[in-house]
Amino acid sequence: MKIFPLTLLPNDANINFMKLRWVSIAVAALIMFVAIGAMFTRNFNFALDFTGGNLVEVHLDKAIPLDQVRERLAVDGYDSAQVQTYGSGTELLIRLQPREGDASASATAHAAAAVMKAVSGEGNNAKILRNEFVGPQVGKELALNGLYALIFVIVGFLIYIAFRFEWKFAVAAIITTLHDVIVVAGWFAISGHEFDLTVLAGILSVMGYSINDTIVVFDRVRENFRSMRADPETILNKSINQTLSRTVITSFVAFLTVVALYIYGGGSLRGMAESQMLGIIIGTLSSIFVACPLLTLGILKVSKQDLLPKAKDEAALARRP
Amino acid sequence: MLTFARWKYFAILVVLIFSVIYALPNAYPQDPSVQISAARPTGTQVDATLAKRVEGILAKAQISSKSILVENQGNLMVRLTDTDLQTRAADLLRPQLGSEYVVALSLAPTVPDWLQAFGAKPMPRGLDLQGGVHFTMQVDQDAALNKRLEAYVEDVRSTLRDSSVSYTSVVRRGNEAIVATLAAGANADKAQKQLRTAFPTLTQSLDGQTLTLEIPQSELQRISLDAIEQNLTTLRNRINAFGVAEPVIQRQGTDRIVIQLPGLQDTAEAKRRIGATATLEFRAVVGDEATAAAAVRDRNVPPDARVYYNEAKQPLLLSKRLLVSGDQLVNAIPSNDQQGQPSVSITLNAIGGQRMLNHTLENVGKRLGIVYVEQIPITQIVDGKEVRTTRSEERVISSSTIQGVFGKDFQTTGLSRDEANSLARDLKSGALAAPMTFVEERVVGPSLGAENVKRGTTAVMFSFIFALSFFLIYYRMFGLITCLALLLNLLMVVAVMSLPIVGATMSLPGFAGLALSVGMSVDANVLINERIREELRAGMPPQTAIATGYDKASGTIFDSNMTALLAGLALLMFGTGPLKGFAITMIVGILTSVFTAVTVSRGIATLIYGKRRKLKSIAI
Repeated sequence: MKIFPLTLLPNDANINFMKLRWVSIAVAALIMFVAIGAMFTRNFNFALDFTGGNLVEVHLDKAIPLDQVRERLAVDGYDSAQVQTYGSGTELLIRLQPREGDASASATAHAAAAVMKAVSGEGNNAKILRNEFVGPQVGKELALNGLYALIFVIVGFLIYIAFRFEWKFAVAAIITTLHDVIVVAGWFAISGHEFDLTVLAGILSVMGYSINDTIVVFDRVRENFRSMRADPETILNKSINQTLSRTVITSFVAFLTVVALYIYGGGSLRGMAESQMLGIIIGTLSSIFVACPLLTLGILKVSKQDLLPKAKDEAALARRP
Repeated sequence: MLTFARWKYFAILVVLIFSVIYALPNAYPQDPSVQISAARPTGTQVDATLAKRVEGILAKAQISSKSILVENQGNLMVRLTDTDLQTRAADLLRPQLGSEYVVALSLAPTVPDWLQAFGAKPMPRGLDLQGGVHFTMQVDQDAALNKRLEAYVEDVRSTLRDSSVSYTSVVRRGNEAIVATLAAGANADKAQKQLRTAFPTLTQSLDGQTLTLEIPQSELQRISLDAIEQNLTTLRNRINAFGVAEPVIQRQGTDRIVIQLPGLQDTAEAKRRIGATATLEFRAVVGDEATAAAAVRDRNVPPDARVYYNEAKQPLLLSKRLLVSGDQLVNAIPSNDQQGQPSVSITLNAIGGQRMLNHTLENVGKRLGIVYVEQIPITQIVDGKEVRTTRSEERVISSSTIQGVFGKDFQTTGLSRDEANSLARDLKSGALAAPMTFVEERVVGPSLGAENVKRGTTAVMFSFIFALSFFLIYYRMFGLITCLALLLNLLMVVAVMSLPIVGATMSLPGFAGLALSVGMSVDANVLINERIREELRAGMPPQTAIATGYDKASGTIFDSNMTALLAGLALLMFGTGPLKGFAITMIVGILTSVFTAVTVSRGIATLIYGKRRKLKSIAI
């Protein structure tokens, strides 16, 4: 057996993805509905960026029981303080909602003082590493901006793809991308993992990744429609198979780079890396199992006519006497 | 066939050299240092004598420094070995050098001169990577509008008075208009003419004896914009006097100001200095203390006057008409008057000076009141929502008799020493056009910043190692080509990000953007390599396969990257702070990866395989 060239997948892959299209679309739809359901029922564990409030990160000489910290904070008027350890047991991340009547101008100072009081004890020095305060208004605006960004991206994709390809491709690509975004967002709702600004950025970059993957497959579909004489289903199948090794390798390597981010990037980048890892997997699968099958359904069903270069036809027609 | 134009090689070479030069400064670590500059532009000297003095102070405390030199722009830089020493040195120097010098923490570059000659600088680092304080402040635009509109109303009244048109009332109608009701039989034409000259920007309409002055939308916008601009300038002045080496003071959106103070940890002090919103108002005194007391008792305040109180809660009637306001103030210096009593020497700008001159010409012997106005932000919970308002505390600090005619320079007396000092400081740093509240505040410790840099670089390094080793094993020779393209891509991204015109700031999400750009670059390269393999399998001769592979993949790469670029643009447009950094890295990364994958790697492949006559197989 030859070792080189190395291949992850057999070169002559000829899997009939189209035969599975009802199954794959049903599964994708199911996952999406679960995600949507989770978003409505469980809500996101929004981070300080969105909810407003205080976040204090402290370093301690010795680990102390978290319940004790919570109790002491409650005594000081911070009722629903979230206290968690961060990295090793000697680093604490504490989230506080502003106390009633606490003016924003002094909220940070008060929170820091309360935290210092709650965590330092005999022979245990505390050092504040980070102290943040975000007003609730700011958070609301951020969420709104996130939504605007999403709309901008969708409209941008629609216009670009419709212009470069054809509207059916644009719609199929958008549906696929939205599916991916919803599933990733749904995961954050289901897992209850913290949803902060970097996660939002991660999700938006997932859109970029997902559309990228879909476009590569569509690009091949377009090429094959123009050069092959076969029914659309065969062409779609062929296109997926031809790009399969590229799709798998790219995703594999991209996944590796994001894993590095997840492992070595520390807590602040974990959410972002998590959304991207998930996005890469979902994005890859959906470009194969969702995007192309969509092109065979209902009004999105593509035909050879959709992709023939129209300008050329018109030019040819114009030349006729 | 497999060919590559010579000028393209040249272009690649130029890009390579450019990238190395502009990426290189990032490899030089920055020295934690203490920057000492003169508190006032003139007077105190920053020179070798000061350096000797600083050296002596540090030596006594056994703090060893790398160097103590007067560097660019007359700043004395004390370079130290670590951040702990830096804080210690600054804390030690601050009280000893006194108020004549500003002692600030900073990071001094160690980039050699020849690199600096190209204007090459390390990427500016966000607060999450170096520690410091971040504030977002909300400017109360309504208050600014109110203030300006009240002034309009007063001006309309005085214009009518000056042109002897009698009126029954001049009132505001919302934020859009001023309605003047003229007295029966008053000359409306004359009023209109006079007002048109005085307020050319306002549109007038007359209905019987009711004259409406509409304030155009553009004027309202200008007022808001002026307010935020003036606040920005004021904040800059305050922060510059405060001693932070490289502060960021920027407008965000229409009504926010972002302030970043790297290296600073003490938020309380920073907030006090930034948030001080004291200003002065000069108003004519109506009557004396006795009339004021009577007016308060009988609840019969003259229509053109308002009751103010002084420190001792004694009432005093002052004219509603604002003579000169704090924003017309140019300078205020604490001094002593002829009797040796504390006073503040005040200088007004031309408009303020003219008004003061006009007023004093007619009012020698009458009294002039100075009102100290302080805006105190308060937050209340109304119906479960946080409502921010400001309460303005006004108090008469002086009501001295006008001794003679004066214009833009004069003194105000009757203050305590402390009051004189603090008033002079607050006034000198300028008045705020509108009150501000803190809506966001982040403090990042320096040790966490250093930790974040370490984490970020490690993460990016490993993403590269993972990707590069995979390519080397999987694609062999073409894997090597891909690796070179990827490395150049990283170099280019860093170089572009370091250009001052890009204005990018490296932050923790920026590292994620770098890792992501590796991912994007990987995609382009895989597309090419897989395409070449495909062409080879289809039976093409190697060189044709390479050329066709690059050609066919290029179109796909273009389309897929353009769409990804849209996502980056969306983030840039709607993101704030660190997200912008992430977006810029992503966008730059996508653009450079198209270039490196399509052009550079093709150039290298051609260099290796292009000239061989009888190429049987290629390692891919």
